[in-house]
Amino acid sequence: MSFPRVLFLTLVAKPIARIMTGADVSGGEHLPEQGPAIVVANHQSHVDTLLLLSMFPARALKDVRPAAAADYFLKGRLMSWFSRNVIGIVPVERKKIGRHFDVLAPAREALAEGAIVVVFPEGTRGEASDDIGRLKGGVARLAEDFPDAPVVPVWIAGAGRVLPKGSGVPVPLNCCVLVGPALKWRGDRHGLMDEIRQALERLKAEAPPLRWN
Amino acid sequence: MPVMLGSGQAWSKGGGGVTDLLGREPVALLWGLAGVLATLTLGALAALLLPRLKPGKDYRNLQQRVWSWWVMATLLAGALLTGWLAMTALFALVSFLALKEFLSLAPMSREDRPLILVAYLTIPLNYAIVLTNWYGMYLVFVPVYVFAAVPFLMACIGQTRGYLARSSVFHFGVVTCVYALGYIPLLMRVPQADAPQAGPAGLVFMLLFATEANDVLQYVCGKLLGRRKIMPKVSPNKTWEGFLGGWILTAGLIVLAAPHLTPLRGAGLWMVAILLPLAGFAGDVTMSAVKRDIGVKDTSQFIPGHGGVLDRLDSLIFTAPLYFHLVAYFALETY
Repeated sequence: MSFPRVLFLTLVAKPIARIMTGADVSGGEHLPEQGPAIVVANHQSHVDTLLLLSMFPARALKDVRPAAAADYFLKGRLMSWFSRNVIGIVPVERKKIGRHFDVLAPAREALAEGAIVVVFPEGTRGEASDDIGRLKGGVARLAEDFPDAPVVPVWIAGAGRVLPKGSGVPVPLNCCVLVGPALKWRGDRHGLMDEIRQALERLKAEAPPLRWN
Repeated sequence: MPVMLGSGQAWSKGGGGVTDLLGREPVALLWGLAGVLATLTLGALAALLLPRLKPGKDYRNLQQRVWSWWVMATLLAGALLTGWLAMTALFALVSFLALKEFLSLAPMSREDRPLILVAYLTIPLNYAIVLTNWYGMYLVFVPVYVFAAVPFLMACIGQTRGYLARSSVFHFGVVTCVYALGYIPLLMRVPQADAPQAGPAGLVFMLLFATEANDVLQYVCGKLLGRRKIMPKVSPNKTWEGFLGGWILTAGLIVLAAPHLTPLRGAGLWMVAILLPLAGFAGDVTMSAVKRDIGVKDTSQFIPGHGGVLDRLDSLIFTAPLYFHLVAYFALETY
């Protein structure tokens, strides 16, 4: 499924993202070209995933796999097929957290196979005008297990206006994707989470102003 | 240059294949396009050779800028040679990209989302009127009917927070990005008999060429001679020397080229020559004021090296309706 997926993402998803959202990328040179690598992004909308998938060059795209909630994306057969084969998700069983169940196992497996795993550490979609939500620590545990994998911060501005949580109708408006320099694992989970938050805040400050209230 | 050709009914005589296709096009238009091609080739040579002749500087922006000019010129030339349908489709897309840029920068809120969709809906309606060539309706549709309908819809959905400011923002966006730009494909609907020199494509070519030449000439004159600032609060880089130099040179260009490309003569020709560069400058400065209000330098990064679609179109938004009405008043039988 890898080749048709890359073809679909390059020939269909990318032009849609470009026409409907502009999909301005700055700092694209910081994007990892091969796995294992972790990309951390803020989360406001399903459009985030579309933007993230359309900003990678085709040769890296086959390895890009967004971590996504199993309870949402594996619901129903069609949705499940699309999530696995087109978006290429790494399922996260949100509902099984804290039940002696390793929710990170699929992500770890993907990283071991050399994937570029995209993580939204806020855990769910926030409002377009919101600040960064509380960051969950799973991403730091992944970085601990793969200490050589770069952790690349990405700020997506404006996706929450195009398709906010709770709305089914997308409205074309421009979005910006800002990629920051990779962070490295330094042996401290809390330290890494602080670095991620600061990196996201910095990128957010660089983004063009959103007059959304 | 088109200047060298005699005016009147001049059409090229082509052979087979591509020449046959081009053979149906007026000579003056082909000369104009050849001039653009030559200019772009010079630009491409500069972008290729400058890094070797004067190394050390960053020429990435220049190279992107020249490459983008090639793409834009190819799209426009393709539409000019294909006809009014292609031009309508192209500008419907351009209107969409421009309006999206404007609405993305303007202050909006989540409850405005349905209105944003209504604003986009004006694009197919406006361009459908171009398709039907209903001139009288085109004139009033956006300025009168959309102007009345949008505030009414806002009232219907009970939205009164910042009512006047919000409805004004929508109207500003639709008039600039949809109504003003739609005049370009509408100009492509002018009957051949009204513009025997180079057909409707010649009319549109003159507008696009003069507007972009004015942009470039103002910039070049400003770079070479600029000393006195003309609008320090809005555009600190603009100077009196750039403005006047661009005005005089563009007016000269129009006086020389327009008789070969358009039916403009005498008073009408001079009116266009004098007013079009002024309108281009006004559009540029107006969009700069909008960007200053919003707090951005470029409206987006959609066109590499240029910025956003609106950054490139700012002057055309003001020149297109003015040019249409001047040409219609002075030189077209139909209107």
